[in-house]
Amino acid sequence: MRLEYSEEDLAFRAEVRSFLEARLPSHIAERTKAGLALEKEDYLNWQRTLQEKQWVAHAWPKEFGGSGFTPFQKHIFEEECVRAGAPELPPFGLSMLGPVIIAFGSDEQKAHYLPRILDGTDWWCQGYSEPGSGSDLASLKTKAVRDGDHYIVNGQKTWTTLGQYADWIFCLVRTSSEGKPQTGISFLLIDLDTPGVEMRPIITIEGGHEVNEVFFDNVKVPVENLVGQENMGWTYAKYLLQHERVGIAGVAAAKETLKKLKKIASDTDDGEGGRLIDDAHFAERLANVEIDLMAMELTNLRVLAAAQAGGAPGAESSMLKIKGSVIRQELSDLMRRAVGPYALPFMPELDQLGSNMEPVGPEGAHLYAGQYFNRRKYSIYGGSNEIQRNIISKMILGL
Amino acid sequence: MDFNLSDDHRMLKDMVSRFVREQCDFESRLKLISSEKGHDEAVWAQMAELGLVAAVLPERVGGLGGSGLDIMVVAEELGRKIVVEPFLATAVLGAGLLAEEGAEGRGPALLDDVIGGGHKLALAHYEPGARYNAAKVDATIAGGKLSGSKSLVINGGDADTLVVSAKDGDKLVLALVAKDAEGVAIKAFKTHDGFGAAEVTFTDVAVAADDVLLSGDAAEAALGRALARATLALCAESLGAMENARDATLEYLRTRTQFGVPIGKFQVLQHRLVDVCLEIEQVRSIVLLAASKLDAGDRDKHLSAAKALVGRVGRMVAEEAVQMHGGIGVTWELELAHVAKRLVMIDHYFGDTDYHLKRFQKLSKAA
Repeated sequence: MRLEYSEEDLAFRAEVRSFLEARLPSHIAERTKAGLALEKEDYLNWQRTLQEKQWVAHAWPKEFGGSGFTPFQKHIFEEECVRAGAPELPPFGLSMLGPVIIAFGSDEQKAHYLPRILDGTDWWCQGYSEPGSGSDLASLKTKAVRDGDHYIVNGQKTWTTLGQYADWIFCLVRTSSEGKPQTGISFLLIDLDTPGVEMRPIITIEGGHEVNEVFFDNVKVPVENLVGQENMGWTYAKYLLQHERVGIAGVAAAKETLKKLKKIASDTDDGEGGRLIDDAHFAERLANVEIDLMAMELTNLRVLAAAQAGGAPGAESSMLKIKGSVIRQELSDLMRRAVGPYALPFMPELDQLGSNMEPVGPEGAHLYAGQYFNRRKYSIYGGSNEIQRNIISKMILGL
Repeated sequence: MDFNLSDDHRMLKDMVSRFVREQCDFESRLKLISSEKGHDEAVWAQMAELGLVAAVLPERVGGLGGSGLDIMVVAEELGRKIVVEPFLATAVLGAGLLAEEGAEGRGPALLDDVIGGGHKLALAHYEPGARYNAAKVDATIAGGKLSGSKSLVINGGDADTLVVSAKDGDKLVLALVAKDAEGVAIKAFKTHDGFGAAEVTFTDVAVAADDVLLSGDAAEAALGRALARATLALCAESLGAMENARDATLEYLRTRTQFGVPIGKFQVLQHRLVDVCLEIEQVRSIVLLAASKLDAGDRDKHLSAAKALVGRVGRMVAEEAVQMHGGIGVTWELELAHVAKRLVMIDHYFGDTDYHLKRFQKLSKAA
């Protein structure tokens, strides 16, 4: 047994770190570290910079332009990115659709879509959930009816993350109502400029705009936009979800948050002449979450090592999702607690680019309650923690 | 022992409950929290007319009661609809201080107008960097001039008159300052739970003898009572908000269908909502206890017990209710999301869970 990284991995880490130091624009790093939203152009520029090294598509084989990273390299890369304040690139084209097209798409689809995902020509978003189909995704009702060379699509998708920036959406649609619900689903690519598509914002609990709902009213989609075979979409969707859950633990982000939290607790007056980090109650909360995180980091590495050795991560990713979301939520709870009454101000205008508004309290303090509320999503999206527990109980315990 | 509300309290509860159901609907609240004013003058006037300010004041000054239970009954119903009207700042804190037995100067004469809804108040007490320490007062009053900074003054941007704490040497003074007095700078903002607050600085603000409401030991004791009443009101508001969250979640579990059944059929969700219900009953008990001890010698021990438990359970109820609602639970358009925010943010006023645990430990050891 050896719990240290190999020489090659350490050399790789140094290479990534120096690249980030040289190339990551400081305004992007600052906003990312503060937890503020980025402009679409910021994401695209950063993606193009990374792709100079062929470092954006980690789930793609090298011959398609992917990074070909090993599981450990991907993990190290993510750690360095978070540490430097590099934004996490939206996963919809790079981590979700790309692997599906590579595995199940036609040669024409591969030739057309993959390069456009890599260079950022097309921004993709995801059309899975519907208002009536969340945890029970297979019950989805958005319908695609074949009409000559087209499908006519009617229905509604929801929780479409960053859809406001997107050019295309990949959708699960119902093409048959025969048999089990899972067997009548197809995987369809839809140009958001097609007449009959409407995207509307959903404002989340803290006041931000990350997600959207998408309406389809007699939308004509060419049949060549079907991926794989009709009624086989559920298989492709499950394949895609495997990729969605890689890196789901969010260890790197959690470690950065912990660092920031300790800094805040050290800098914060406890109001009675001491520092917050020396307050017994707060220190106990902090120690507990740090211990959880230390353990989870190693759990995550154990899963990665198994993947590196060729085992596909199965229900283990559900464990990582549950523990990862709970730890990151706990950290966001401690962040708002740490700043005490200064968690109260709600000042969204302050976070707009170029705002000259004056903050209330310590810098950034007004953000933490909003982030705490926003982070409730971690235990809901990507298969709620209840659904993850069902998976573990079935796949690992055999119950 | 009898845990039933008296007829008077029952009537008060029903009246407030009906009023907030009819006048303080969620759609209106959504508009109000994005408006500059932050609350509805007409609704506040009606609340005053119904006697909700009077309800928390003693008969001696034209009030209708002012007991812990009066505060609890009104605040719980307001909390149920997360009402953003300035009840806490004006009635509980401000008017409560003006109604103090030892109050002097021009203050007590303002009460009629305050009770009638025509004059709003705020207590400017906590200072920057004090965190939750109510004993830290660096603002000074000397030679008729007030100087200092006050932080997160609830309703500070909307109040007509501020009750300001300051030190005259070692002596605590509570003085009245008009919002537009020279030397007063008010920076108003909204809070995550939809209320108005302000950072206020005072630079050589003229304070006449007539503006001094209380001083010395009387001021210390009055301030302690005001903060105790406010803490009780917040705990009761939280209780009402918890019951709102519980009811909304129960309704959701009954009506949301997945996998062909209402999700309330899943035992894991049943048990979680049961735990929420159990904790809310515990909160009702501790708030009742605190309300009954509002004038007792061990008042602060009980208030800290209540606020600490409310902080812990408030977070649990908010998080569980949101989780059981799933994605819709984290949307701005849903009342529950705002109820959850109020439940969590209540922990950031007048001392959080950790602060009150510590204070409870100290007071409990001494007893």
